[in-house]
Amino acid sequence: MRRHHWIVRLTHWATVIVLAGLIASGLQIYEAYARFGNRGGPYFVSPFDGTQFPHWSRLGGWLAGALNWHFALAWPLVAFGLLYVGYLVRSGEWRALLFRPRDVRGALEMTKYYLHLRREHPPQGKHNPLQKLAYTGVIVLGALAVFTGFAVYKPTQLAWLTALFGGFQAARYWHFWIVWMFVAFTIMHVILVFVVDPASLRAMLTGWYRGRFPSHD
Amino acid sequence: MTDIQTPRRHDATLQDVDRRAFVKLAVAGGAASLVTACGWDGGRLLRPGLLDISRVNDWVGEKILFSPTRLAPTYSTAQRSAKLPSYFISTMTPMLDDPAAWRLRVDGLVAQPLELSLDDLMRLPRVSYTVKHHCVEGWSAIASWHGVPVAAIVERCRPLKAARHISFASFDAGYSNGWDLASALHPQTILAYGMNDNPLPAAHGAPLRLYSPTKLGYKLTKYLVSMTFTDTRPGGYWEDQGYPWFGGI
Repeated sequence: MRRHHWIVRLTHWATVIVLAGLIASGLQIYEAYARFGNRGGPYFVSPFDGTQFPHWSRLGGWLAGALNWHFALAWPLVAFGLLYVGYLVRSGEWRALLFRPRDVRGALEMTKYYLHLRREHPPQGKHNPLQKLAYTGVIVLGALAVFTGFAVYKPTQLAWLTALFGGFQAARYWHFWIVWMFVAFTIMHVILVFVVDPASLRAMLTGWYRGRFPSHD
Repeated sequence: MTDIQTPRRHDATLQDVDRRAFVKLAVAGGAASLVTACGWDGGRLLRPGLLDISRVNDWVGEKILFSPTRLAPTYSTAQRSAKLPSYFISTMTPMLDDPAAWRLRVDGLVAQPLELSLDDLMRLPRVSYTVKHHCVEGWSAIASWHGVPVAAIVERCRPLKAARHISFASFDAGYSNGWDLASALHPQTILAYGMNDNPLPAAHGAPLRLYSPTKLGYKLTKYLVSMTFTDTRPGGYWEDQGYPWFGGI
């Protein structure tokens, strides 16, 4: 069964690489001022105050190197994001992915299934409602990453955007927390692929879904 | 390793991208993660490309996002930060041996070169504001500044048509910055001789420093001695080491 268009596969894997580079260079940038708030305080509450992330997790070597990676990789993130969303809109595939109010009920059923409160896997289309919620959420997260990024990048020229996020330091704070939401999403995503539906990995690589769902049975 | 990294199918179209190609991509990604582990700035292979992209970003910042009239948000004096770190290059706070002999030299592509004393500068129009200072490191702090708009100097030295940039030079271990003319002419770009209602402290660039809430801190030359109008883009201390040249915010 044909499952993923080449645009979906290309943007999926390209985003994996670009996002890894953005996060790694971002952690190097963070090192230069590892807290949130104007000098002298008050500071936003954060468990990562003063944290130096391990050497292997950082890209750029020093602040200028990291900034150049970060600002270079930001373009492909936007480009692949727009290509992906553009494809979803044009092809109509957004219907299978967008979480809508009518999916709430199905999302609760799926949650019951995962919590073993329900035996049968609820019937679903291409994606179950929880997947829709996750995939819709991660698009929103991507957009927020870009907008908070611009708010931190040009707090004077785009002062209205920076103000929208609560000011320069608040925009930095949200920009930073979005990273951990991406990381949490990715960990769950990879676990579910291997535990629930290993055939979906091949589908994201070749475009073809082979076998019956869920493929671990 | 070399074998895997070299694409063998140069003629592959996007539709032809198959599983093997993706495995290669994954391997390349793995290699990228390995370089990540080395704190890589791009090396001889990619660093020039990254710097080229940085120039593109400079262009976007200068030609698309920068507005010559939009003013940075201002604050009340009560909102001043308790602390504003001061950075300089010399090992000790740069100080003049003879402050009375200090002059600001205005030269280069101008119709009227100038030599201005601090008193001369104080007699020119004065601007003061309380704004947020943004450091490239990510910290920020609110402080008040007062001084003469660079536009007032430009009016008096009358740059030639060919002048496109200004090089601001200091007596701090050769520190300097190159600016585009539009940013320099912004109404909030000033030569500051005062901070938080007091004369400019030595730590913050006395007797005169460049200030503007439209630029990152490293573009705001302290310990000024000259401003030189040029037709080519002047470099700068941090800019030459890889920091974005435009440094606009």
